[in-house]
Amino acid sequence: MKKIVTVLAAAAILSGGATVAQEYKNQIKARQGTMWVIALNLGTLGGMAKGETEYDAEAATMAAESIQAASNVHFASLFPEGSDGEMNEGSTAKPTIAGDLAGFNEKWAALGAAADKAVAEVGTGTEALGPVMGALGGACKSCHETYRIPQ
Amino acid sequence: MAKVLKVLVPAAIVAAGLAWVLTAPSSVAEDAFVDPEGGEVDRGETVFNAAGCASCHAAPGATGDDKLVLAGGQSFPSPFGAFTAPNISPDPEHGIGDWTLQDLANALLHGVSPEGAHYFPAFPYTSYAKMGDRDITDLYAYLQTLPASDTPSQAHEVGFPFNIRRSLGGWKMLFFDESWVMDGNDLGADLTRGRYLVEALGHCGECHTPRNTLGGLDRSRWMAGAPDPSGKGTIPGLTPDQLSWSATDIAYYLESGFTPEFDSAGGHMAAVIENTAKLSAEDRAAIAAYVKALPAAETADTGS
Repeated sequence: MKKIVTVLAAAAILSGGATVAQEYKNQIKARQGTMWVIALNLGTLGGMAKGETEYDAEAATMAAESIQAASNVHFASLFPEGSDGEMNEGSTAKPTIAGDLAGFNEKWAALGAAADKAVAEVGTGTEALGPVMGALGGACKSCHETYRIPQ
Repeated sequence: MAKVLKVLVPAAIVAAGLAWVLTAPSSVAEDAFVDPEGGEVDRGETVFNAAGCASCHAAPGATGDDKLVLAGGQSFPSPFGAFTAPNISPDPEHGIGDWTLQDLANALLHGVSPEGAHYFPAFPYTSYAKMGDRDITDLYAYLQTLPASDTPSQAHEVGFPFNIRRSLGGWKMLFFDESWVMDGNDLGADLTRGRYLVEALGHCGECHTPRNTLGGLDRSRWMAGAPDPSGKGTIPGLTPDQLSWSATDIAYYLESGFTPEFDSAGGHMAAVIENTAKLSAEDRAAIAAYVKALPAAETADTGS
């Protein structure tokens, strides 16, 4: 009897965990979608910075504007407590985010500042791309180091 | 019985004596590295960045210019215990300010302290042993220019039997191989430089190559990827069967920290990129050329 109760309790806990994972599925999709908008547009700028694609001021500015738009999402609102990577498969968000929203918002604002700089500068010539990518990369790294579970 | 002992006891004494001799710390020739004059600080800074000294020897959590204060204190967990990086700032008491150039050369080339003790190979002298003489002299000059810190070095948390320093002499006999992994004298200038940066200064193989149970590098699976020594996660393989990035991708990653998918580098590699970002574009291209020239790993197994 005791055994059965234990098994049932374990099953309940496990299915409970699965429910939690379902609950935040859409937030996780939205978070990762936001990251992909940034990544793909960084790819446009990075391709030009690497010299793999020809510099195009207009395309560069559009890419920077997309990154800026993504940075205007109120990102912290997509990280409710319990939606982290320890509770949800497929997420790499640290559970510490929910308890440190001020720090998280500060890092996110740093991306916004780097994106504003990118919009202002990437259209001025190829030589602007290096420093802009450096600033954007610094913002990515700083936040990932603190709030992303290492893979 | 007495007869057997008569043979065994002297044999044991000879064996112990032999082991004692064989595990003795070696050092550079007495007349080598005696003149620190002519060490160039600028070149030394490049050696310092390429060798990643600050990544391990800066205080935990240091950023920006504080990374140049080599106070030590970072802890590096491993299956053998936790190693704590020591203070190597120019402080004469707590750092290495009283070291001669020869002391530095013995540490880097032989993994031996000025007192003649073996260092643990958490300090990657197995790679630094391939350093050029001039680079050591230049590095010595550069290290003198850094700020001193009076933070005392902390002891390693390493258990028996790994805490017996003399036993490291045996470890060195087994696993301290100073030959190049990428063999050949006609690699060309780019690949030769890349090999030096990767195998000697950058000590990339120390993390990206799997180790055996005693912590020796498995050179037959050079750069094939390995479990993270902390016990959590894996360090990716760089061999062509595992890494499809172009040379441009690799060089750009080492400059910007962006992967070809424009994700940002994480973990210890983020610290490595802080260093490689300071190298010349030519040096980053040389590292990329070396990585692209790696042969496929002998087995797809990345060692678990």
